[in-house]
Amino acid sequence: MAIALLQRFAQMIFVMFGISVLVFLIFFATPGADPAARIAGRNASQETVEAIRKEFGFDRPLPVQYVNMMKRLFVTQDLTSFVNRGMKVVPEVAAAAPVTLSLVAGAAVLWVLGGILVGVTAALTRDTFVDRGLMALALIGVSMPVYWLGEVMNLLSQHRFHDTWLFSWVPALGYKPLLTDPVGWFLTLIIPWFTLAALYVGVYGRVLRANLLESYQEDFIRTARAKGLSPSRVMVRHALRTSLIPFVTMFGLDFGVLVGGAALLTEVVFGLNGVGRLTYQALLNLDLPMILGTVMYASFFVVLANALVDVLYVFIDPRVRKG
Amino acid sequence: MTASADVAVDPAPGPALSRSRAGSGPWRRAWRIVRGDKSAIAAAFVLLVIVISSLAAPLYARYVSGTDPFQSNLSGKILLDGKRTKIMQPSTEGLGLGVTPIGPTWRAQYFLGADSQGRDVAARLLYGGRNSLLIAGASTLLCLTLATIIGICAGFFGGAVDMVLSRILDILWAFPVYLLAISLSIVLISQGLTIGPIEITANSLILPIAIIGIIYVPYVARPARGRVLALKNSEFVLAATGLGIPRWRILFKDILPNVSTMLIVFVPLMTALNIITESSLSFLSIGVQAPDASWGTIIQDGQGLLYTRPAVALAPGIAIVLTVLALNVLGDSVRDALDPRTKVL
Repeated sequence: MAIALLQRFAQMIFVMFGISVLVFLIFFATPGADPAARIAGRNASQETVEAIRKEFGFDRPLPVQYVNMMKRLFVTQDLTSFVNRGMKVVPEVAAAAPVTLSLVAGAAVLWVLGGILVGVTAALTRDTFVDRGLMALALIGVSMPVYWLGEVMNLLSQHRFHDTWLFSWVPALGYKPLLTDPVGWFLTLIIPWFTLAALYVGVYGRVLRANLLESYQEDFIRTARAKGLSPSRVMVRHALRTSLIPFVTMFGLDFGVLVGGAALLTEVVFGLNGVGRLTYQALLNLDLPMILGTVMYASFFVVLANALVDVLYVFIDPRVRKG
Repeated sequence: MTASADVAVDPAPGPALSRSRAGSGPWRRAWRIVRGDKSAIAAAFVLLVIVISSLAAPLYARYVSGTDPFQSNLSGKILLDGKRTKIMQPSTEGLGLGVTPIGPTWRAQYFLGADSQGRDVAARLLYGGRNSLLIAGASTLLCLTLATIIGICAGFFGGAVDMVLSRILDILWAFPVYLLAISLSIVLISQGLTIGPIEITANSLILPIAIIGIIYVPYVARPARGRVLALKNSEFVLAATGLGIPRWRILFKDILPNVSTMLIVFVPLMTALNIITESSLSFLSIGVQAPDASWGTIIQDGQGLLYTRPAVALAPGIAIVLTVLALNVLGDSVRDALDPRTKVL
């Protein structure tokens, strides 16, 4: 098992290296434009462009540029934005991370609970109108662009029904820190949590239903039933337990991807100053160093999360441990 | 497959019997299943209506609404209930300064109202649909083509080719799709791309097509590689190799047809995913560039008018949900028909 872990670790390092090279090439070696001009942003003066060329060493060979860039991102952490002069990239990303984490963690709780509820209910009421209705709703959830759903929620909760009992508790858009204002933190995040979770409840509900129905055909379920266990015990202790194993992989991947930037659209719509919104604002300003920073840190987080899930998998699924 | 088909041509027992023994091909059987699925037929019908109305966008703009969806029209007036009404109306909220675009008129002109530049939203919605569908369809084709080539090369040739391709796929797989798309877009859309004599301008639709086509390649190439590997070691391919049939012939006659059923399953589901991706990128202003429209850019236009003129943002969203829903329903049905192993009873 130690060898397997070591192997997984080596693969993680390789993938991180690969991603950093890829990002570097996309930003600095795509044909057609001067990287110094890109870094400088819109309407930069000639002197700035020249200074950047010198600072980043764009006149030197690519491998040297790459090492230089990585050093500034991860070792000295002094990469600065040129659009917002003097804004250091790495501390900005670090400051935005808790917002993204709050958003995704809360949504994750909702979508796991919601997904299990939908999947189990649909599997138990299979082929009835309840099952069909739930699956239709799940499919609609999967088919909605998350940012659009967010706008609809905003329209309803901030404007149309804001004066009624239904949504009068909804505070204005924005993020309140957990430590200084826990109630405000909770209230501002409720609607974003539900919005972000809607898509994933659909995905997880559909997958869980399929897994449950599949496991109901297996021998150990027949054995459990033959032993005279109650249907609810068969479901919870036997069918659900095995069906949840692929859930863990999915959850790890989705959580990583969301923290790593896919929550961007939700953050933009709800005005939450997370890593995603930071990326979005950098995008609007063509602030390349900032995007470079968020992309690099976020994708590394995703790779790390994936590796952790794989390790976790070994512990929950005895079949993997033996093999 | 072809190897068995050659044997199946057996003239002896008469045409009727031989047909029943050989059975209908997988395509015909799949078509029968999809045709018998009422929700799939309904979904196909919805899609057809959306595609046709998007294609008819120029006709709508010219003969029905008579408005130019790409020209801002801030001082224009239209005839409404016999009165000439301004498209940009004086604002009634706040200080009464500024203007609000006209809301839905439910008439031919400005059916869904105007956006912040005084352009006809209904006409833009139809034109936007063209771009959204075109980009989603083209990027699906691009993605499947690239993924098939990579998957087949890696799976069929194995060895060093497989090593290199699989490692590249590992990296792309781990790279969050939106971040990859953002990285590519910011570089390409800010300044365009020049490769030798080919120059792609920053507002060309080729850029979003290429970006969306590339980011999902690993999601198709990995299963394609797996399928090719399994087929390579299957009995009918081993038999064909044993018969001395050349490798390229095995590749095209035995392996490719078997991979293609899997690819067809991906088409509607990938197109649905690509429509959402395109609209998200356009919403972030790194997809379709102004003055061109897509459903995502119209939602972005409507963001500022969300509380005063919600129709601008709602209408394209509903179009996206309908299209994606129809594609997903169709995709589920096609998958059940072509890939019975994944079907849940």
